Amino acid sequence: MSATALLEAVDLSKRFGGVRALSKVSFKLGKGKLLGVIGPNGSGKTTLVNAITCFVRPSSGKVLFKGRPIQHLPPYKIVRLGIARTFQMVRPFYQLPAFKNMIIPLFSPRLKGLPGGRYGDRDAKALDLLEEVGFERDAHVAYKLAGALPQGYLKRLELAKAIALEPEMVILDELFSGLSLAEVASILPIIEKMRHQGKTIIMIEHRLKELFRIADRVMVMNFGQKIAEGSPQDVMQNESVKSAYLGNEREDGV
Amino acid sequence: MKKRKERIDRGIRARSQDIFVLCSWREMLYLAGPRLLPIAVCLLLPLVLDTYWQKVLLSVAVFALLAISWDILAQSGMVSLGQALFFGCGAYSAGAMNHYWGLSPLLTIPLAAVCGGTISTLLLLPVLRLRGIYFSMVTLILPLMLVRVIEATKIFGGTEGLSGMQPLPSVWFELYLIVTVMLVALFGLRRLLDSDYGLVLKGINDNDRAVINAGINIYWFKAQALFIAAGIAAFSGAFMTHVYMFVGMPVFALDYSILPIAAVVVGGPGTLAGAFTGAFILVPLSELLRGIGGLRIVFYGLFLVVCIVALPEGLFHYIQRKYHQFERWVEVDA
Repeated sequence: MSATALLEAVDLSKRFGGVRALSKVSFKLGKGKLLGVIGPNGSGKTTLVNAITCFVRPSSGKVLFKGRPIQHLPPYKIVRLGIARTFQMVRPFYQLPAFKNMIIPLFSPRLKGLPGGRYGDRDAKALDLLEEVGFERDAHVAYKLAGALPQGYLKRLELAKAIALEPEMVILDELFSGLSLAEVASILPIIEKMRHQGKTIIMIEHRLKELFRIADRVMVMNFGQKIAEGSPQDVMQNESVKSAYLGNEREDGV
Repeated sequence: MKKRKERIDRGIRARSQDIFVLCSWREMLYLAGPRLLPIAVCLLLPLVLDTYWQKVLLSVAVFALLAISWDILAQSGMVSLGQALFFGCGAYSAGAMNHYWGLSPLLTIPLAAVCGGTISTLLLLPVLRLRGIYFSMVTLILPLMLVRVIEATKIFGGTEGLSGMQPLPSVWFELYLIVTVMLVALFGLRRLLDSDYGLVLKGINDNDRAVINAGINIYWFKAQALFIAAGIAAFSGAFMTHVYMFVGMPVFALDYSILPIAAVVVGGPGTLAGAFTGAFILVPLSELLRGIGGLRIVFYGLFLVVCIVALPEGLFHYIQRKYHQFERWVEVDA
């Protein structure tokens, strides 16, 4: 596995002053796999993503992408290597129509040679991509101002922005938070489609049921540490995971 | 009976966003009018004005260029309080080239625009990472520092400045040069900001993390925007050097930093046309108020306050809205 690992984290740590947001987290992720990351609030999941994508610089440890260390690179170079991410807090350009929000990822140097212009090919590509993530073309949702879109569409827009970069690996930071069951059910097939296209995915998620259905492996974090990793079934049986999520049962049984 | 205001889009029958389907000459004129009118006015004004007001027009055009330059920076997330830095760098570049090397103004002005733009960009390159007020403070301080450097080291004539510059061929040449450049800058840069490239610049202002997340090096783009804006301001500085036939420490004066901001605030930010409108109102107004004497600055200030309170969106946005929409009162059932 180590030879084929697309992404590898080695003893990744991050301190914010006296707080250990991450301590010695290591994992390997093979190409085309889907890794779920779960854990209580404040357990360091988002810091892990930020450290991988270099939005925060790790205090120590290494991140290897295709065997090359990347932890010293600026974040925009990480994206150019092929790691795209979404943000937990979606902050689109509210004054612009949804499809115009797609212009910036489509302007990326990663997609060099894509012709653009005022009403050019980038607009057409943007509309195609948005249709792929469920912006119904007949209803003209893509032309609505991003500020007027419901949360479900904003999350899809965020996903479309990541897909637009044609990444090898996608990191989805709590994509499903704040969505209704129906909205989650409509986004799940998009993620499954990405898997079939061979994309490697890391999903940070609180919705365990949906996550366990599609994840190859699940990593559990608590207090900045990795407390368990394995297949979804193993993780569910794990005692330390249960206690992290549900609290410890008292010895005396009260 | 209650009434409410109804707003109806006028003019073009079929349109979405800013894409129009034109069906008649009337509709074409409706769209072309607001663009042709300022061009026609700017090209005709030099012919009808007397010598004094021709000088005012020069000043209007220079401040319009400075305001356009400020607006570009502001839209890319850099609020500059130091347009005087760009203006001064351009002015001194042109002055030095003419004074020491004897280059003709036709050569020094374009060279100084590039040179001033480059110097200003290099000076601000280390602080491109700063955001908001921190960046503004640096831009405010730099021109003040340069004044003291010139004073203390006595370079470029020190406090005396450099005089005896070669003038431009004629007054008409001066007028039409600056008016043409202003119009080209206005329409050209508006087009640039409407393009995908401009969208990226605006994106940096709105949410720079989202732009980084597209694999775009925002500092490279900020430096480009800075160079464009500084180049325009440096051009106006170089131009004024040859109009006054003098360059000295006043080119770093606070007026060149503050007045463009006032112009953008009055005209409305974000469109460049607002900056242009603001300059066309504020500079002549300041000249008209000269007759009042001591209370001039009070009335000027009052006008600014009234503008900001009554039209916070800016005059240009207000006119634009009125132009594109009817308003009428309709009765509503209670």
